[in-house]
Amino acid sequence: MARNPVTWLGSPTFPKAAHTALADTQLRQNLRKATGTIRARRAAAVAEMTDWEMLRVAGEQIKDDVLARLDTLLVQLEESVTARGGVVHWARDAEEANRIVLDLCRAENAREVVKVKSMATAEIGLNEALEAGGVQAVETDLAELIVQLGDDRPSHILVPAIHRNRSEIREIFQRRMGVEVSDEPADLAEAARTYLRRKFLTTKVAISGANFAVADTGSIVVLESEGNGRMCLTLPETLITVMGIEKLVPSWQDLEVFLQLLPRSSTAERMNPYTSVWTGVTPGDGPQKFHLVLIDNGRTATLTDSVGRQALRCIRCSACLNVCPVYERTGGQSYGSVYPGPIGAILTPQLVGDLTDPQAASLPYASSLCGACFEVCPVRIDIPSVLTHLRAEVVEAKGRTAESVAMAAAAWVFRESSRYEKAQKAGSLARFLARDGRITSLPWPGSRWTSSRDVPAPPAESFRAWWRKNRG
Amino acid sequence: MKVALFATCLTDTFFPETARAVVRLLERLGCSVEFPLDQTCCGQMHFNTGYREHSKPLARKYTEVFGGYDHVVVPSGSCAGMVREVHPTLGESPPRTFELAEFLVDVLGVTDVGAWFPHRVTYHPTCHSLRMLGVGDKPLALLRSVKALELVELPGSAQCCGFGGTFAVKNAETSTAMLADKMRCVLDTGAEVLCAGDNSCLMHIGGGLSRLRAGVRPVHLAEILASTEEDPWRATP
Repeated sequence: MARNPVTWLGSPTFPKAAHTALADTQLRQNLRKATGTIRARRAAAVAEMTDWEMLRVAGEQIKDDVLARLDTLLVQLEESVTARGGVVHWARDAEEANRIVLDLCRAENAREVVKVKSMATAEIGLNEALEAGGVQAVETDLAELIVQLGDDRPSHILVPAIHRNRSEIREIFQRRMGVEVSDEPADLAEAARTYLRRKFLTTKVAISGANFAVADTGSIVVLESEGNGRMCLTLPETLITVMGIEKLVPSWQDLEVFLQLLPRSSTAERMNPYTSVWTGVTPGDGPQKFHLVLIDNGRTATLTDSVGRQALRCIRCSACLNVCPVYERTGGQSYGSVYPGPIGAILTPQLVGDLTDPQAASLPYASSLCGACFEVCPVRIDIPSVLTHLRAEVVEAKGRTAESVAMAAAAWVFRESSRYEKAQKAGSLARFLARDGRITSLPWPGSRWTSSRDVPAPPAESFRAWWRKNRG
Repeated sequence: MKVALFATCLTDTFFPETARAVVRLLERLGCSVEFPLDQTCCGQMHFNTGYREHSKPLARKYTEVFGGYDHVVVPSGSCAGMVREVHPTLGESPPRTFELAEFLVDVLGVTDVGAWFPHRVTYHPTCHSLRMLGVGDKPLALLRSVKALELVELPGSAQCCGFGGTFAVKNAETSTAMLADKMRCVLDTGAEVLCAGDNSCLMHIGGGLSRLRAGVRPVHLAEILASTEEDPWRATP
């Protein structure tokens, strides 16, 4: 089986990647500023809604219903799309999906295609696959374009260039577009606009993802804020949409919930600026050929896990990234995948499906379990619970390790209070390592703590010893 | 009212003054406190690190030790959260377990516990007390009623200090980066005492402050609330 490109080839484990990222002071500044701003704006946008908690519950329930009926709803979607003149393709994995899209591009003799920002195509490594097949994919979302022109990797689901500030963006544009431009946001946007407009008007094939697909009408929905998506979805002759099989909603009415939840959670907007909806092909209006590529790529396997499957509710809003204290320090690239942050820590290992992989196995531990992600998730994914669930699977996959032996010993001690008391007394001898009431250096693995933190000297008398003496 | 004290393994071993303060405070408020000596650990470290099977007998033990009590009080939001939110998923029906501030405000119905603490204090709401238990501003209400205490707001208080149990050693550098920002916020307040309801988080932030000789002392909420003019809190050396 081919490697699942959801993780980037050669990515180090999370602690190693974080080691590098944490030392990048520019990155730290950019992230602190960006996440701090969006966090405050989201909180304000959500506070306006009196029924927010009910909307979250509705979002959760609709998505759970979809996951429970995915087999029949997908067939219904295929029938609806086909009836309206679209063609539906099914792809088991990334390799199959990429081959389908490349063949479709070749059938149109396309050497260049424009793209609407899409997580599904990033997940399967479509751009690289197309390039290998002689087709150039041009990203048209501003942040995605910055990443593409910078030969960089995305670091955020919604704002892939969140790790870049405007002077870095100016440098990338000057180098790759061959233009003189200032670092004023309006000038940078104008440079991108001029560069992209030519592409929109000359390119015959567009590729998009989908935020939602309505099973009973066959309508596909894309939300974006720049208008580039609208251009891609209306100007070219052929439109290819690549979509994960979990992106369904049963009926048109269900969109009402998500069109409220998603904008406020992701961009802190009350209403999404550009919401494009199309149903198959409309003669004389928009693309005259429409292909829908449905990808599994680990989703069916994820669905079999009764705890882990809630990750498939995700609507890719990024709220969990923006509030995550780990993400704020390490940035998205440390997660080694197109899905960073808390959702990435639970989704990536499941899509990879192999917890003996050291990089995937490190992701569920990339969290202090503070719970800020669960609090903001618009579809109520209990990320901390899935993290501990996946950690248990990692432990099982790894088998016997130094850690597992130590943990077994600790559990044995804790099972009997007599053993625990003996260990407590032995441990209290560590007070002789202390100077001025603190221990500043311990041998490994304690050194992982004392590298930056002192340990208080254990007292000579534990509480239970005191209780026994005075109250027992 | 008869209450059982679950001291937690960390407090029992490293911070006995916190558990003694809980006893003193609850007795002052008319409770009769028992400390079942067979108690050990709630199993949180094992569960959160992925050793679910090892946490099961510890959850079982908790139910056995405390099953006969109507009220169990824990000076830790994190361990109380483990018992209330996780033990049921391990097949246990734990006895009614309260974090200290919850017990005082919700069960005993008091916010003014007659405490006196003449120091400048800032309060860090720990993640599990805030988001797992939803204690809200109960600890702040208690602190505001303490005589002579000057309470200063901690900027960015709801953000995690970076402890996270074994996270602090498995991802030590990221944990330290989070700690650095938390310490900056604490120092910005000019407080002399950092208060929280969890000794684990206090050990983390306090460990960083101690390393820097920052001159801010971590003190558990129970110790502040137990302190009175007649019998004031004294720094343990």
